[in-house]
Amino acid sequence: MQNGAPFSFERFTFPDLKTLLAKASPLRAGDLLAGLAASSDEERVAARFALAEVPLKRFLSEALVPYEDDDVTRMIIDDHDADAFEPVSSMTVGDFRNWLLTDDATPEALKHLAPGLTPEMVAAVSKLMRNQDLIAVAKKCHVVTAFRNTIGLPGHLAVRLQPNHPTDDPAGVAASILDGLMHGSGDAVIGINPATDSPEAMIELLKLIDEVRERIDIPTQSCVLAHVTTAIDVMARDAPVDLVFQSIAGTQKANESFGITQAMLAEAEDAAKGLKRGTVGNNVMYFETGQGAALSADAHEGIDQQTVETRAYAVARKYSPLLVNTVVGFIGPEYLFDGKQITRAGLEDHFCGKLLGVPMGCDVCYTNHAEADQDDMDNLLTLLGVARCNFVIGVPGADDIMLNYQSTSFHDAMYLRSVLGLQPAPEFAAWLRKMEILDQNGRTRPQLDGQAAQNLLAWSGAA
Amino acid sequence: MSNLTNKKIPSGLDPWNTLRAHTDARIGLGRVGDGLPTERLLEFQMAHARARDSVHMAFEPGTVRAGLDGVDQPILDVHSAASDRPTYLQRPDLGRLLDADSVTTLGKHAGCYDVAFILADGLSARATHDHAAKTLKLILDHLGESWSVAPITLATQSRVGLGDEIGAELGAKLTVMLIGERPGLSSADSLGCYLTWGPKRGRSNADRNCVSNIRPAGLTPEKAAKKIAYLMIESRKMGLSGVALKDNSSNPELIEG
Repeated sequence: MQNGAPFSFERFTFPDLKTLLAKASPLRAGDLLAGLAASSDEERVAARFALAEVPLKRFLSEALVPYEDDDVTRMIIDDHDADAFEPVSSMTVGDFRNWLLTDDATPEALKHLAPGLTPEMVAAVSKLMRNQDLIAVAKKCHVVTAFRNTIGLPGHLAVRLQPNHPTDDPAGVAASILDGLMHGSGDAVIGINPATDSPEAMIELLKLIDEVRERIDIPTQSCVLAHVTTAIDVMARDAPVDLVFQSIAGTQKANESFGITQAMLAEAEDAAKGLKRGTVGNNVMYFETGQGAALSADAHEGIDQQTVETRAYAVARKYSPLLVNTVVGFIGPEYLFDGKQITRAGLEDHFCGKLLGVPMGCDVCYTNHAEADQDDMDNLLTLLGVARCNFVIGVPGADDIMLNYQSTSFHDAMYLRSVLGLQPAPEFAAWLRKMEILDQNGRTRPQLDGQAAQNLLAWSGAA
Repeated sequence: MSNLTNKKIPSGLDPWNTLRAHTDARIGLGRVGDGLPTERLLEFQMAHARARDSVHMAFEPGTVRAGLDGVDQPILDVHSAASDRPTYLQRPDLGRLLDADSVTTLGKHAGCYDVAFILADGLSARATHDHAAKTLKLILDHLGESWSVAPITLATQSRVGLGDEIGAELGAKLTVMLIGERPGLSSADSLGCYLTWGPKRGRSNADRNCVSNIRPAGLTPEKAAKKIAYLMIESRKMGLSGVALKDNSSNPELIEG
């Protein structure tokens, strides 16, 4: 693969595709830190004019990281589906934006197109889109996955119940699980970030969740977010693994910094599928990503933050995940400075993932040194709800006492379902009704003195 | 607020009081419709306000200097190349470099020392104001006469990596940096300690040992000082720090070493 001619608009020139994409990207701290951002607002828009004229085909002949050097590039090129690409193959990036917004871009058309798109094409078109475009098109992309329930159906919003505890104390974790279930959270997954990444700690936490799930017959899945190699280890010891977790990124070098290879992910997927623990589907992987991850590992290969993030979704797509979560504000203000940058990044990530056919959810979150607060999170959460994000995160009171950042709460998820008329995953919603947690109008109004609540409380108190 | 909570409790404001004993997580908050009761809402805002104030509070080296009363060492003020807080927050690379004046200051005290202590603002000046001087004094109490200690530096707009430059300029074999950690919602005053053997520019986190969550409600300064002194002694003995240096200080047979 060779680079083609440079790009230009008026007095501005851009030597290659990588530079053009970086300069066209909406302003954010991480691109400034990396020295990749446009040097003026005018240069940024000039880059967009030039980018709008680039044929989508150019992305198939000019790799951002050389094919020989990077296994993510090889995956993107080798897995590209030319037949699926055909309907848009003669378009420029600007044409492509126009087409995506037309009525011709139906949910069916977008679904068939997904395998024909590369992450670079998708990142490119996102840079020409306003926030409302990102929302409008993402809403048309339906990505449905299943394990013990079905996630991503139109009209539904799932929640990951995140019951973290600084020392993995079983009673503390159980108390947070109970709190989440009573607020209608937990259909995406009950997923714990362990304080210690060891096989023994992982097995103990898996057994804890599995016990309550079986005892009260909850149609959901569990995950302990340890390293993929730890999951492979405990699966060999017959631990009750539903989903295998891994953080992933958009370059080989960044993935190496996470201690992973594509072969490991394939091995883990095979092993988890082989356990046949899913009842209504068998999507067994849970991935997390986030803008800035590659740069923080000094492995961004000179690619802008948003484009390299989108390449991570190509990695995710290969392993048919149940859930992909962009943890959008976790990394800090040197990558996403304030609420405006976090909001933009959350909408971009959701749009890009969905257009590639990835089941995107979002951890709407921030740290205390970012210029953001709960009002910013309310805004992004609501926008993602309108865009029909597959799932969001539920942490007790939005305060993760283990990872020390603010995410969204069980209450926030109730608010979002309520104002937008969204329901939990259907199998989980039926269970919530049986437990008298959802009322007849689909609102979360648990009967705290009912028998179902008492059973839950008894389990939690005993844990 | 007591007027509000004493009234008849709205439906949904129930709470798993017994379960709260098991976790500091914000469970059993109750609800009003789908939302948070007013008192819970304001409690969260207060916690966030305190955390943010800790991040943005100006570092006052004078406060720390006063707390070091009785410590028989020269005390030097240094500043990173990040000129102000907004720059510091967006340019972690500049927070790891000394400004020109500081290089000159340190050069005047260059020598050959066993250890250089650095008290730095990091992401919570409040943590440094409240706990750094006390923790340092406790560490010094644990060290014997055999340690040659460099002038103590008070570092403004500092990242952890700034200690590498300071240690190298002073000519110290080991640096021990006490620095404000990124505040959590319920831990706005948490101090961290980083030990680095052979400080020089380009050291990575794998080369350091970290003792975290130093605050009265977390790892107390007394316990932290004991742990840090243990690590210092072992580091000097082995001539290294980082992943190869294990913290066995909780083993009572080893702490006397």
